[in-house]
Amino acid sequence: MNALFSQFVNLLGALLLLLAFAMISQRRILSLIHLFTLQGITLVVATATVGYLTQQPHLYLSAAITLLLKVLLIPVLLHRVIDRLNVRWDVETLINIPTTMLIGILLVIFAFNLALPIAQLSSSIARGSLGIALACVLLSFLMMITRAKAVPQVIGFLSMENGLFFAATAATYGMPMVVELGIALDVLIGVLILGVFMFQIREQFDSLDIHHLEKLKEN
Amino acid sequence: MQALFFVLGIPLLGGAVLALFGHRDRAMELNVGFSLGTFVAACALTAQVIDGGPLYAWEREFYIDALNVFLVALTAFVGLTTAMFSRPYMRVERDHGKMTPPRLRLYHSMYQLFSFTMLLALMTNNMGILWVAMEAATLTTVLLVSVYRTAASLEAAWKYFILCGVGIAQALFGTVLLYMAAEKVIDAEGGALLWTNLDAVKTQLDPNIITLAFAFLFIGYGTKVGLVPVHNWLPDAHAEGPTPVSAVLSGLLLNVALYAILRCKVLTDGALGSPLAGRMMIGFGLVSVVAAAFLLTRQKDVKRMFAYSSIEHMGLMTFAFGLGGPVANFAGLLHMTVHSLIKSAIFFAVGHATQKAGTQLMDDIRGLIKVNPTVAWGLMLGSLAILGMPPFGVFASEFLIITTAMREQPWTTPFLLLALGVAFASVFARVQPMVFGVTTLKPLAHPPALIPVFVHLALGLMLGLYIPPYLDAWFREAARMIGG
Repeated sequence: MNALFSQFVNLLGALLLLLAFAMISQRRILSLIHLFTLQGITLVVATATVGYLTQQPHLYLSAAITLLLKVLLIPVLLHRVIDRLNVRWDVETLINIPTTMLIGILLVIFAFNLALPIAQLSSSIARGSLGIALACVLLSFLMMITRAKAVPQVIGFLSMENGLFFAATAATYGMPMVVELGIALDVLIGVLILGVFMFQIREQFDSLDIHHLEKLKEN
Repeated sequence: MQALFFVLGIPLLGGAVLALFGHRDRAMELNVGFSLGTFVAACALTAQVIDGGPLYAWEREFYIDALNVFLVALTAFVGLTTAMFSRPYMRVERDHGKMTPPRLRLYHSMYQLFSFTMLLALMTNNMGILWVAMEAATLTTVLLVSVYRTAASLEAAWKYFILCGVGIAQALFGTVLLYMAAEKVIDAEGGALLWTNLDAVKTQLDPNIITLAFAFLFIGYGTKVGLVPVHNWLPDAHAEGPTPVSAVLSGLLLNVALYAILRCKVLTDGALGSPLAGRMMIGFGLVSVVAAAFLLTRQKDVKRMFAYSSIEHMGLMTFAFGLGGPVANFAGLLHMTVHSLIKSAIFFAVGHATQKAGTQLMDDIRGLIKVNPTVAWGLMLGSLAILGMPPFGVFASEFLIITTAMREQPWTTPFLLLALGVAFASVFARVQPMVFGVTTLKPLAHPPALIPVFVHLALGLMLGLYIPPYLDAWFREAARMIGG
């Protein structure tokens, strides 16, 4: 039974990775938010499963916080932001999706290699999970680099947080509660600040294109 | 115990009170008052630690020893003087219409909360809370940098948020790895993220995990230190925010980030038994010193120029701690102290100068000596001090760092000397006409706050000539603890 559950955690990890790839290639802002919500749900299920498997009740609490924050609160905020900014149906022009995907695959290989010596030492349930988490972090990083609009960049930032959270859950059965609460608070405040910024950027530049934000140069 | 409570409680309360009343006429004095309270509490805490040695509080979640107590005192002190400087500065900004009442409220509230997050980061014993506090410090400063709501300040704040957010996310991954390594040695109930616990078992931590953890922690917190190549946010944030914010960013936040790296380095050295962490710090530190010195020569904006100078000096400190050993560590700590004092003094003087000239472009700031001799002398002496002229403290610490480098890593000496020389030539050449050139400017309406500038410079001078015995003992104790 336990073996089955730890396989399930691995499956959820794979799902997380798949969603990260989907995000990289997704052009529509609305779909990006849906993907982000899905990632949050995956994370909640994974956290709860690990909690059940290791008999650590505090993981249920952290699953509940994730549910509240990443499945309900942040997506709702993002929906409101794109509504008010009127970018709900925006489609971003992404050049070279195949190349980006290839770079993504290379990043995954790199992440797995980096995590390999540690995964072998690890006694925790899901050995591959650390590699998967690192890969998710790097893929989100890639997404932030390739995107030119503010909203997708913020979603990339949040999905990076998801990868980190998965690492904390699967590799160490969650951080101490006070730390987890602190991280959740930081993320929430960060999203609020970024949301406010998006309105101000729009007001200043009449656009959410980050290419306008390249006036300050090193010269 | 009580002192520690007040050190954290006063700025937190200040943040809340000023969020409500921060736009009132007396808010600037209130801001100074809260900072003064924090400083008094920090002094009491310091006295307590000098008397009774390292102390724990609140189920060992807080830990004060020689290394962080002097940084707490320094942070509270510079926090106070910056609040004093900010009083006339913000008056002028308000009269110019750049600071509306809501903005003043945001500014004052965030100023206090920023102090709170830094003090929390310094005093916590929990590596996870350290991360949370660093991230919170980023969030508060993002709001401070963007307070003018101009296009440039928004750009700077956005860049700052995204870059430091990504950077600090790496540090969180490093913290997770650290926790993972610790859990194998310390059982889950035993507070496996508490630094003192980790320090006690550091030789048993798994070297593979710790190597990777340190790499992530170093890059993560290094982004906040402003090490090249992850420094891009720093000049923008310094140049576009209000000048008091530039002063606390350079003088305090960078120190706190470097402090986080030092804590991680102690653990890594213990776990690996090899100088890997030190080597990384030497490498990145040296690259930062050299790159910043050359980038500095191309600046036109006075605040950007001194921001690059901060990168240079943070690089030098990182380099010193990388060398390790009692002398280099001592020099690094001394450099941390004098750099904070003198760089914030420079920003105070620069703040008054730019307000007077109405621009931050160095070509347009001329002849300060005629308009306001005291500001001019503050800027001139501050620049000479930061460039390492004797008898200021920077000279003493740089001398110690370079002589140690000559002995330990001789190949680095020419690079260091070249970088310091280039920085000297370019900064001095820029500051000289700003002070002595010909001008038609008129004096400011509000009298500038000069006490902070000259108190800082006097302290910087004193540390170059004479280090009080208790401070010396602290530095030695902290240097021994960092080891290397």
